[in-house]
Amino acid sequence: MIVSKQKPFLDILTALETASRVFLIGCAKCATVCKSGGEEQLWQMQEELTAAGKDVTGSVVIDEACHMLRVQRDLRAKGEMVTSADALLVLACGAGVQSVSAGSDKSTVAGLDTLFLGNIRRFGQFEQRCSLCGECRLNETAGICPVTLCPKGLLNGPCGGMDEGRCEVNTDAECAWYQIYSRLRDRGEAAPLVTTNPPRDFAKHLKPGSLKLEK
Amino acid sequence: MPYTLTFREKLESERFVVTAEVCPPKGCDCGEFLEKAQALRGIIDAFNVTDNQGANMRVSPLAPAALLIREGIEPILQLTCRDRNRLALQSELLAAAALGVTNVLALSGDYISFGDHAGSKPVFDLDSVQLLQTIAALNEGRDLSGAPLRGATSFYAGAAAAPEAEPFDLTLPKLAKKASAGARFFQTQAIFSPDHFPRFAEATRPFGAKIIVGILLLKSAGMARFVTKHIPGLKVPPELIAELEGAERPLDAGVAIARRLVAAVRPHCDGVHIMAMGKEDVIPDIVADITHK
Repeated sequence: MIVSKQKPFLDILTALETASRVFLIGCAKCATVCKSGGEEQLWQMQEELTAAGKDVTGSVVIDEACHMLRVQRDLRAKGEMVTSADALLVLACGAGVQSVSAGSDKSTVAGLDTLFLGNIRRFGQFEQRCSLCGECRLNETAGICPVTLCPKGLLNGPCGGMDEGRCEVNTDAECAWYQIYSRLRDRGEAAPLVTTNPPRDFAKHLKPGSLKLEK
Repeated sequence: MPYTLTFREKLESERFVVTAEVCPPKGCDCGEFLEKAQALRGIIDAFNVTDNQGANMRVSPLAPAALLIREGIEPILQLTCRDRNRLALQSELLAAAALGVTNVLALSGDYISFGDHAGSKPVFDLDSVQLLQTIAALNEGRDLSGAPLRGATSFYAGAAAAPEAEPFDLTLPKLAKKASAGARFFQTQAIFSPDHFPRFAEATRPFGAKIIVGILLLKSAGMARFVTKHIPGLKVPPELIAELEGAERPLDAGVAIARRLVAAVRPHCDGVHIMAMGKEDVIPDIVADITHK
């Protein structure tokens, strides 16, 4: 899922400076799980904005704000609540914000910072394991991604800062290559440690990405 | 003028070498940098010119390395993967070769958050093994895309090693990769427990690369504690800290410790690399027992 967190309220207020009437948009998927843009956060935002002197015209939690057509449909269904607003405040990831901005002429304000594609460790605890690099190497690295888990993204073993299996950048974390090494040791394999991996192919990670499925 | 052997020739003819680290200035005035190096001429076989050391922005090592060459002093150009993509690394290497640099130490580089531009983008387009492969390709007269070069390089490439980092079994395969990618010498992280060193020397000997052991001058007990706490892989044993603490003149004690370490590792290695951290003037005392000249 896409992990996000709310921007500081003052930053949101600044972005809404010229808008007195605000319509709120949340997302029922990732932003709800992250408690950054679900039903509950929309209510809180409505209260805070009202206390700050804004007129909240209404709100909607969209089932997947990244779904562009669904966003347009749901906003149309809200009729005057949307059309009478000066700005649309979106509590969804950057993809969700742009579904809204692509389908509306209204001023669109992003209320969240989008952080990473995250795994859910337990309720309210998220960890990045995949960087969406476009050329998955997990088959060569014992199912543990050094592109993501190593701050330097090193493909050929630990840097000189690894010690006692710890990462030099964050000593609370295990070195990615220590994790790979430990798993291989348990399995009695060594190949990923001794094989020299070629550089990444950034041509496979061109922005903006797009994919169109064959009919 | 008699012919002086190069760093490479010394290592390959089994002479014990002494290298030292000099940090390029933050700014373009390289005067003091050159004075430090000139003062050690005749004692140091080659000077490592660091590359934005600790991720702190300084003059690119290429210019000070070229200035050393102009003075008849041999540099080892350090090159990290942190600040340059593969185009920049290759063009920097070609520029270095054009200016007469022959020795290169290929490094991944300290992470950007340790330095003075913490919000900058860390590059790491290549890692140190891939950088060594890149140097090997340039030496063969082609670039990473396979295109031929007008003038192949003839670099003598080296790599870093951390003999006291654990688990050792994890660090060893990467050293093997570095050697097979073209590293002809290793310059190691500072060591403080010479009893552990033979393990490293024996395990890496089959790789065929020369070993130059890092010796860090401990200037005080406070500094020893600081590096143990803050520099990954550096572990100053408590008895050395006590020795510095009890000394009337801690710097003299530090020099004595460094000198002992040099003597202890000498039978197991091909040279020593002195990191004097600004106290380069005491390097002659640290290496006084080495009479290879």
